Amino acid sequence: MNRDEIQARLTEILATIAPEMEPATLDPMLDLREQLDIDSMDLLNFITAVHKRLGVNIPEADYPRLTSLAACVDYVVERRPSSRPKASFT
Amino acid sequence: MPSLGSDMEAGTLVEWQIKPGDVVHRGQIVAVVETVKGAIDVEIFEDGVVDELLVAPGTEVPVGTVLARIRSAQPGEVAAATVSEPQPSPARAAAPSVAAGAASEGAREARDRLKVSPAARRRATERGVDLAQLRGSGPDGAITVADVETAAAAALAPKPAEGRDLAAMRQAIAAAMAHAKREIPHYYLAMPVDMAPALTWLERRNADRPPEERLLPAILMVKAVAQATARFAEFNGFYRNGGFEPSAAAHVGMAIALRGGGLVAPALHDARDRDLDGLMQDFRDLVQRARSGHLRSSELADPTITVTSLGERGVEQVFPIIYPPQVAIVGFGAVTERPWAQEGHIVVRRALTASLAADHRVSDGHRGGLFLAAIAAALQQPELL
Repeated sequence: MNRDEIQARLTEILATIAPEMEPATLDPMLDLREQLDIDSMDLLNFITAVHKRLGVNIPEADYPRLTSLAACVDYVVERRPSSRPKASFT
Repeated sequence: MPSLGSDMEAGTLVEWQIKPGDVVHRGQIVAVVETVKGAIDVEIFEDGVVDELLVAPGTEVPVGTVLARIRSAQPGEVAAATVSEPQPSPARAAAPSVAAGAASEGAREARDRLKVSPAARRRATERGVDLAQLRGSGPDGAITVADVETAAAAALAPKPAEGRDLAAMRQAIAAAMAHAKREIPHYYLAMPVDMAPALTWLERRNADRPPEERLLPAILMVKAVAQATARFAEFNGFYRNGGFEPSAAAHVGMAIALRGGGLVAPALHDARDRDLDGLMQDFRDLVQRARSGHLRSSELADPTITVTSLGERGVEQVFPIIYPPQVAIVGFGAVTERPWAQEGHIVVRRALTASLAADHRVSDGHRGGLFLAAIAAALQQPELL
C-alpha cells in the first residue's frame, strides 16, 4: 500500500467519523482535529478503526504526533507491518 | 407518547415494532418516535400482551397521549403502554409524507428517462450525486457536467444529521433552559482538581491495551460523580410537583455535542454500579447513537444528574445550567498544566476546574462544596473507581 492508498483509507475512516466532511476539502497539512471538530471520543474511534483496518496500533503516547492527515499517513507508513517488502512488489 | 425530557412537547410515531397479540417484556423496544432529538427507540415499562395500537405511524401526538394498550401479565388488568395518563388535547395528524416505496419507484422511473451526457454520468458516479434529483440545463433538459458539479458543491454545505431539525432542537433547548433559569434558583461553585493521579493511572492502564479497550478520562469523572452521589443524595434526583424526589440509582446524563449543532444529554444507567470498562462501553455506544439516531426513551427520560465535560474544547471552567427536573449538573474544564502549591513548594501539575450548579430549593452551598470535594477526592484514588 503506497502513501496515496493509505491516505485514501484514512480519509474513508475519517468520513465515517465526520459524515458531513467533503474529502476534497480536507487539507492534509492542516490541523485535523480542528478541521473536523474531532473530540476525544472521535479520536479514539479513529484510532480504533486504524488498528482494525490497517493493523497499526497507535499507543496513546503517540497521539500528539497525529496533528494532520499527512502526519497520520507518515505514522502509518512508518509503523505498518511489513509495508516495505510489500511495497517493492506493487 | 412518553416525555423524553422536559423540553419535549410532542413526538411523531414513525413505526411500530409490535402488533396486537404480541407478548412484550419490560425494556423491549416497541416503537420508534421522531422528536427534535432525532429518532428515539421507545421502550415499554412492563410485561404484558399487546391489546391495541391506538396511534398510526406518521401521526404527531402530544406528550401523554396513549399510544397502545397492553394487557398486563395479571389477568383482567389493562395498562396503557409507555404512558400513564391520556391527555385531552386531540392528536394532530402530521402532514402525510409520501410513502417511501412509491417515492423510490418514481425515482427509478425518472432515472430511466433522464437525458445525461456520458461525462456527466461518470462525474455523478464519482461525486456520489443522484441524477434523478437534478434538473438538466442542457439541450432538451439534458444533465451536463456543470449540473453535476453544482449539485456536488451544494452537497458540501453542512447538513444536519438525517431526521434532525436543528431549528426545532434549538427551540427545545431554549425552552428547557429558559424554564431552568426561571424556576431553579441556581448556585454555582468551582474548585481546582489535581488530575495527575487519575491521568497517570489511566495512561499506565491504557498503555498496553488495544484502542478498543482504552478508557477516556471522562469515564473516571462520571464514575467519581456517581460515587459521590451515594453520600450526597440531594444532588441526585428530580424536583417535581413541588418537592424533591431523590433517586436511589445514579443515572448520569452525559452532555454530548452533536455534529452540526445542538446537544443531547442521555443517561449512562446505574453508573455507580458499573465498572469502568462497562461504563466506557456504554458511553461509546451512547455517543454513537446520540449522533446517528436511536437513543432509547429511558436514556432521555432517566438522567438523575448531568455531567458536562466541555474542557475538551479548551475552556477552563464551565458554568452549567441544570436540566430540569434534575437538581444538579457537574462541569469539568480543560486539563491544563498549572502551578500547584504543595507542602510549601510550587510544582507544575496537570489540573482542571470542576464546577457545580445546584438547586437551592434542595441543597445549599455548604453541601455543594462538600459534594465537589468528594468528587475531587475520588479522582485522587482512581484505582478505587
